[in-house]
Amino acid sequence: MEPHNAYCQSMPLSRRGLLGAGLSFFAWSHLPKTASAAGARDPRFLTVILRGALDGLSAVAPLGDPDYEALRVGIALSKEGKDAAIPLDGFFALHPKMPNFARAYAAKQALVVHATASPYRERSHFDGQDVLETGLGGVGRSDSGWLNRALVALPKGERIARQGGLGVGTVTPLILRGEANVLGWSPQRVAEAPEDLAKRVLDLYQHRDPVLAKALAGGIKADQLAKGGTEMEQGGGNPAVMARAAAGAARLMMKEDGPRVGVLSYDGWDTHANQGGATGRLADLLDGLDRAFAAFEREFGAAWKETVILVVTEFGRTANINGTEGSDHGTATVAMLIGGAVRGGRVIADWPGLKTAQLHQGRDLKPTTDLRAVMKGVMADHLGLSANVLAERIFPDSGAVKPMSGLVA
Amino acid sequence: MTTGDERALLALQRFGLGGSPGARAALIDDPRGACLAEIGPDRAVIPKGDLPDTPRGIQIVTEIEERRREMREAQRKVAQAGNAMPAPQMGGEMASGMAGPPGTASRPNNPPDPDEIRLADVFAAEVKARVSFAMAQPVGFAERWAQFWSNHFCVATRRGQIMRGTVGPFEREAIRPHVFGRFETLLVAVEMHPAMLHYLDQRQSIGPNSPAGRRQKRGLNENLAREILELHTLGVGGGYSQADVTAFARVLTGWSITGRDENIDGFGGFAFAPNRHEPGSHSVMGKSYIDTGKEQGIAVLKDLTRHPSTAKFIATKLARHFVADQPPAALVKKLADDFRKSEGDLATLARTLLTAEEAWAAPRSKLRTPNEFLLAAFRAVGQAPERPQQVINMLNLMGQPLWNPPGPNGHPDDEASIAAPKAIKTRLDFSLQMARPWAGKLDPRELAEQLFGETISLETRQAVARAETRPQGLAILLMSPEFQRR
Repeated sequence: MEPHNAYCQSMPLSRRGLLGAGLSFFAWSHLPKTASAAGARDPRFLTVILRGALDGLSAVAPLGDPDYEALRVGIALSKEGKDAAIPLDGFFALHPKMPNFARAYAAKQALVVHATASPYRERSHFDGQDVLETGLGGVGRSDSGWLNRALVALPKGERIARQGGLGVGTVTPLILRGEANVLGWSPQRVAEAPEDLAKRVLDLYQHRDPVLAKALAGGIKADQLAKGGTEMEQGGGNPAVMARAAAGAARLMMKEDGPRVGVLSYDGWDTHANQGGATGRLADLLDGLDRAFAAFEREFGAAWKETVILVVTEFGRTANINGTEGSDHGTATVAMLIGGAVRGGRVIADWPGLKTAQLHQGRDLKPTTDLRAVMKGVMADHLGLSANVLAERIFPDSGAVKPMSGLVA
Repeated sequence: MTTGDERALLALQRFGLGGSPGARAALIDDPRGACLAEIGPDRAVIPKGDLPDTPRGIQIVTEIEERRREMREAQRKVAQAGNAMPAPQMGGEMASGMAGPPGTASRPNNPPDPDEIRLADVFAAEVKARVSFAMAQPVGFAERWAQFWSNHFCVATRRGQIMRGTVGPFEREAIRPHVFGRFETLLVAVEMHPAMLHYLDQRQSIGPNSPAGRRQKRGLNENLAREILELHTLGVGGGYSQADVTAFARVLTGWSITGRDENIDGFGGFAFAPNRHEPGSHSVMGKSYIDTGKEQGIAVLKDLTRHPSTAKFIATKLARHFVADQPPAALVKKLADDFRKSEGDLATLARTLLTAEEAWAAPRSKLRTPNEFLLAAFRAVGQAPERPQQVINMLNLMGQPLWNPPGPNGHPDDEASIAAPKAIKTRLDFSLQMARPWAGKLDPRELAEQLFGETISLETRQAVARAETRPQGLAILLMSPEFQRR
């Protein structure tokens, strides 16, 4: 059963459009290919952006925190039972839908950074994603993203710089925009969240336009029937589709002449209502993400040992659940690293605690680690960029934020 | 009653094609004046450029049909020689006429037909010119006005290959140059155009007592006569009887197209075939018309424009299209009175519509048609799709295939018809699809502010601002009641 199948078949234009984008190779592919020196490192770096704000307290739950359960009535993960969370250390446990990440963690190829946030402290998705992607210290327009500037800063002759970046999707994401060459690739069925969008528009209509509300509700229902009865409340992406996008990106990046740096985005993490706990809407998304991890490892193959995958989101969600069994926009959350080159098996956290007084503005998990420290640490140790370059060109004015060392094996 | 902000928005949405980001602010001082400024003889005329004229369009189609006929003939001979079953027939006017709107026909098991590609290219060039023209309009009133008349006098590509070569030239030649002239001029140009004569079967109509009619068993076809009375002038219930329809059909016999018919040379012009024309006087709507050949039909058309039913029918349809499904009676009366007094001067009629306070006072209740929605979306982000085929496909899937309405009454513009569940869901799907490439360059919150300013509802403002991603925010803005209703 592939719900997106029917959706896409009803939109032949969409499919063609995506295929068209998939064929748009850019200038980098015309550059001469030179064999890499035997034994030289050939690192791969992939950033996965979870758009919509991942609830870090659900992905990696602080089961050891005495205040966790009370904040999360109805959606808290548990140490016991059929859907027990997977213990990572004595304090944190992983969401039960993430066995692949757990396996990599046990093999010391995955780690979690908790209570982390970008420098952004407001709660707009757009601005939050901009800060995450521009690498700036706050909101401000920039035509280039930090990952592209990193490519520009790398020594020109090196394979990683020569072969450019990969943006998965029909549009180059801001993080990868800039001077360096970018290859666009899109899976035939892109991971997207049409049900989530439909729900938002339907909600707007229910407040403002009953006629359109009735029509849209009918249209959604008909589409669901055609797809085989997917409940709208499930929202989010389809796990199989998410894994397919991941496999496609990995296949391109593991090629001899393929790009070495890539970006993949998954939408749908804005779980304001019926977020669910061990099962439910967010669990389905985490399931998809975890299947993407398995697809990465499988498709990177021999290149896996030189791969680092960084998973980030624009901000976290409120520590307390809201009145609709979901969570609202918050501040700190988790970042994840996975890959053969990751020095894993750890949760890195300066845990701030979950008592009201310990929360950011009394509502959100308090950020104790600047996400840029994680990004800079990976860029320094995996791609070999100097602290100076990182502090000036890649993440402007971030001298005070030291690269986190020891993330990469 | 309404603020300058709201009136600027009305100018752009109700009377125009939708605003670009700076348009509303620029119009605030004189929204009505900006609409009135677009009234003028040439304001709806699309430059011809490299586009084919009607004769050329018909020539292209005729050549293709000839070639296909020869191919079928050759296939038939081969099949006969081999004593096998005849090869399945492909192409031809009927087959392609049933194949659906242009661009959607696909024969996955056969290599692409170069003729099919050639036809699609001609059609795509027309669409591109039309969309580009719409993109360039400051307000877009002239274009909306022209598209109203194009839909009023619609033809449809579903009626065979010849239509695919002529729908574009028909609108550019018979409609656009006349939409700010006399209704009479427009009506005559439309009814004498080869596209209309083909679409409503006039070329097949033969006077029973004409030389041709006496020779063969074929006779009258009432289609064009009936639709002129019912859909183009008097309107249903406009006071005509079946006897009027039949008499008018007799009057119109002989109106045909060059090229196809025997003894008429050349491609794609109006032709009068005297040997098909029903001789004698005929009485239409209580008036007798003596036999003046081709002119007899023109005389009837001119009188129809002066009938009070025509004024009322046009006035009601205009008010319904621009203002509300249930338009204010006072507005309809103003327009009908004006139509009569000005003897169908369409520039005057447009001015009356724009200056009537009733037209501005009604709430924004009209749902944009798929075509209006797409053009408004393109204008809002300042970019139309590169490939016209994308526009064609989107209109097909949203239920308003361009130049291919389901019947001669054109595409509907009332809410009950447009707000179909599947159509609205498809709008949503396309909104997101369009928003993806656009959203990288703009902030949906800023665009909402630029397009709607203070007129936007709190709910819409919040829904846009709270969207998960920029594309989602832009899609919500495009789907918002503020954007969907005009």
